[in-house]
Amino acid sequence: MRPIPIRELLADQPVLRDLEPADIELMAGCGHNEVFQAGTYLAREGAPADRFFVVRHGKVALELHAPTGPLLIETIGAGDLVGWSWLFPPYRWTYDVEAIDRTRVIVIESACLRAKCDADPVFGYRLMKRFAQVVVDRLQATRFRLLDLYGNVDAR
Amino acid sequence: MRLVFSPAERAVDELIGALRRRGYMVIAPTVRDGAIVLDEVDGVAALPVGWSDEQEAATYRLRRRDDRSLFAYAVGPYSPRRYLTAPRRTLWSALRIGDGFELVDDVVEPPPYAFVGVRACELAAIAVQDHVVRDGPHPDPSYVRSRERAFFVGVNCGSPASTCFCTSMGTGPAVETGHDLAATELIDEGRHELWVEVGTERGAEVLADVQSTVSWRGATGDDLDAARRVLAHSVEQMSRHLDPATARDALIANLEHPRWDDVAERCLSCTNCTLVCPTCFCSAIEDVTSLDGDRAERVQRWDSCFTLGHSVVHGAGSVRGDTRSRYRQWLTHKLSTWWDQFGESGCVGCGRCISWCPAGIDLTAEVAAIAAGGTDV
Amino acid sequence: MPADAGAVATSAGRRLRPPVGPMVPTRYRVVSRERETADTITIGLEPVDAPIDEPEPGQFTMLYAFGVGEAPISISGCPAREGALRHTIRGVGATTRALCRLEPGSVVGVRGPFGAGWGVPAAEGSDVLVLGGGIGLAPLRPVIREVLENRRRFDRVAVLIGARTPADLLFAPEIEAWRARSDAHVAVTVDAAPRGWEGHVGLVTTLIDRLPITPTRATVFLCGPEVMIRVVARDLVGAGVDAERIFVSLERNMHCAVRQCGHCQLGPLFICADGPVVTWATAAPLLAVRRW
Repeated sequence: MRPIPIRELLADQPVLRDLEPADIELMAGCGHNEVFQAGTYLAREGAPADRFFVVRHGKVALELHAPTGPLLIETIGAGDLVGWSWLFPPYRWTYDVEAIDRTRVIVIESACLRAKCDADPVFGYRLMKRFAQVVVDRLQATRFRLLDLYGNVDAR
Repeated sequence: MRLVFSPAERAVDELIGALRRRGYMVIAPTVRDGAIVLDEVDGVAALPVGWSDEQEAATYRLRRRDDRSLFAYAVGPYSPRRYLTAPRRTLWSALRIGDGFELVDDVVEPPPYAFVGVRACELAAIAVQDHVVRDGPHPDPSYVRSRERAFFVGVNCGSPASTCFCTSMGTGPAVETGHDLAATELIDEGRHELWVEVGTERGAEVLADVQSTVSWRGATGDDLDAARRVLAHSVEQMSRHLDPATARDALIANLEHPRWDDVAERCLSCTNCTLVCPTCFCSAIEDVTSLDGDRAERVQRWDSCFTLGHSVVHGAGSVRGDTRSRYRQWLTHKLSTWWDQFGESGCVGCGRCISWCPAGIDLTAEVAAIAAGGTDV
Repeated sequence: MPADAGAVATSAGRRLRPPVGPMVPTRYRVVSRERETADTITIGLEPVDAPIDEPEPGQFTMLYAFGVGEAPISISGCPAREGALRHTIRGVGATTRALCRLEPGSVVGVRGPFGAGWGVPAAEGSDVLVLGGGIGLAPLRPVIREVLENRRRFDRVAVLIGARTPADLLFAPEIEAWRARSDAHVAVTVDAAPRGWEGHVGLVTTLIDRLPITPTRATVFLCGPEVMIRVVARDLVGAGVDAERIFVSLERNMHCAVRQCGHCQLGPLFICADGPVVTWATAAPLLAVRRW
C-alpha cells in the first residue's frame, strides 16, 4: 500500500477547500507528516514559529500557562489548522499547543511557505485570504463565547 | 594550642562534666532506635561507645566494633539545626482585649547548648544557616541568641560513610573553623587518646578543667602525624563526588531535562531529605488559638518545599503541583540558586539525603546525569 | 537590659515583656472601611503602637488578624500622603476574608513595610504608562497618585485600567477624578458590560497603540494577574518599550516576608525582598519556566 502524498492529504482538509490544486501542490512541497502522542506539546509559547499544523486526526488544545497550571483557551480538531504566528514577525508562538489525543498532523515549514508567497504574490494573496477567513471565524466564535450566552440573563 | 589526653574516654567524660557545670545542655551523638541521633547526654557512657555505622542510598544501619571508640561513625539523621532552630517554636502570643489584642512574649528561652562531636560538615552547615537567618537585614533574634551561646566541640572524621562527599564541597573532613575545641580520636591496638586543638578562649577555659583531672601532654610530631593520618584516611575513603560549579551551572541550564521526569517517578515527595538536611531553612508560620479563642500563639515550624501547600498562591492552587517540579525546586535551589541568593552552595556534602531517601535517590548521581546529558530537550 | 524593662501586667498578674523582632507586628486600628466590589474592600489604618516606617509605593505589609493569621497585602495608600495607611483586600482565603470583615475600631497587626517598591522617581523625565488589571490596580494607586501630584516631573502620562465588568472596578470615584484631568490620558476598559456602559469594552492591550506615549521613551508600571502581565509585557516590548523600563509586581506564597522561610521563591528571587516589583527583563525568563 503506497503512502498517501501530502498534496492529497491537504486537499482533503476542509480548512483548505477554497485553494486551487496548484496552491495545494505548492503547500505540499513544504509539508511532511508527524504524529504527536497525547500529552506532548506541538509548540511552546515564545518558541520560534517556524511551522504550523493542519490536523488530520485527533485534537489539540491551545493553552496559556498560569502559575498554577495551564489555562485552556480552545481545542482544535481534525480538518482545521493550528498556528498563524508564522505569518508576522517576531514569528513566535503565542500559545502552548498540547496534543489532547494522539494526533496526526501535516507540518508545514513556514520559512519555506513564506518564500513561495514572496516568489508568487498571487498565490500568497490567495493563501492570505484563506488564513484571514480562518482568523475571522475564530474571532467571531470567541466574541460569542465572551457574551457568556448560556449564563447571560439578558440573552433569553 | 594542641594537647593529647589519655585516656580519651575519661577526657570526654570530664569535658562533658565541665560543660554541664557551666550551665550548658550537652548535646552529643547517642544510640537510639537503631540509629545514632543527637540528644542531651550527661556523660561519656551515653555516647555510641564501640559503635559504627554503614550508610548507602536508602540504607542506614549500625555495626558493632570490637573496641571502645567514641566517634567512629559518620552523621545520623539529626543535626545541630534541630536545636538552633527548633522544629516547632512559639514566636509570641496575643491575648484578646476588647476590640483588639495585646502582644506578650512568654517564650521560654532554651538553655545554652554545647554540641560535643560535631563534624566539619555540620559546622559548615551552621555557617550556611547563619548567612540565611542571622546575617541579613532582619536577623532572627532567637537564632542569634542560641547561636552566640552555643559551644562547639568539633570532631575530625575518621570513619566517613559511603554517602559522604564533603571533600567535593570543601566542607571537610577537617574541622577548621567555627569550633571552640576540635578533637581527633587516636585509637589503635596500643592506645586510645584524644588529640584536642583549641579554637577559642572560651574553649581553652573549659579545657583547663579537663587538664586538671586527666593526664595530658603537649602534642608531639608523632601525634601530629597520627592526627593527619586519620584525616588522610578519610579523604581516601570518600567514594562520592560532586563538583559544586558543574552542579550549579548544569542544573540551571537544564530545567526541562528528561532526567527530572525520571527522578519524579522515583521520588515519593515524602520530605525526608528536607527533614534531615542541615541547611534547609523553610519554615511555616501559623496561628494556634486556645479553645475559648482569647489567646493566639504565633508558631513557627519546619516546612518543606516537597509539600503541596508550600507553593500555594493566594486564592489559586499550588504552583509546583507535581513531584517533578517540587524535586526540581529542591535540587536547583540547593545547588544552583542558593549561589545567587547567598553566594555559596546550599549543600555541605553530608550525604544524609542519600541515606534517608526511601527511594534511594542520590543527588550526586542526578547531577551527573543532567550534566552529562548536555543540553535542554 | 533589666528583666522588668517594658514589662506588661496582665490580668493573671504575671509580668511579661512585649516581644521584639522582625516577626512581631505593631498594632493598628481600622479607622475607615469602604466596599470597592463584591469581594474587595479598602481599609484605612492608624497606629496604636509605634507606626511602621513610611512605606514606598509597591511595598506590602503582613496584616495580622487575631487568631486567624497573616496575609501579605500591597499598600494601596501611603500615610504621609493620605493620613492613614490604606490596604485594598480581596477576600479569597480564611485570613483575607477575616480582614474583609473588620469594622472601624478593630485592631489588626501590621508588619513591614517589606519588599522592593515601584521606584517612581526613576521614571522622572520619561513618558509614564500605568497599566492595572483587576485587583492589580490596588498596588498601582500610590504610583498614580505620586505621578499626578508631581505631574511636572514626568513627560506624557497615561493610565490604562482593565476589569472584568464595571462593577469590578476599584476606586471608581477616584478613577473619574483622574479621567477628568487634562494632563493625563486615563482610559478604562472592561471585558463585558451591561447596557448603559458607555466606555470601552475589550482587552486592555487594544488601547496601547492609541496612547499619546512614545514606547521607546516610556517607563511602564504594570500589575495584574500573572498571565495578563506576560501577555501585556510581551506586547509592550513588541511596541518598542525597553524590558528594563517595564516594572511588574509579582506574587507568591509568603509567610515571613523577610527572606527566611523559603516560600516566596521564584528561581533565585525571593519575591518578598527582591520583589514584589521587578523589571520585565528579570521576570520574563523566570516566568517562562513552567511550575518553577
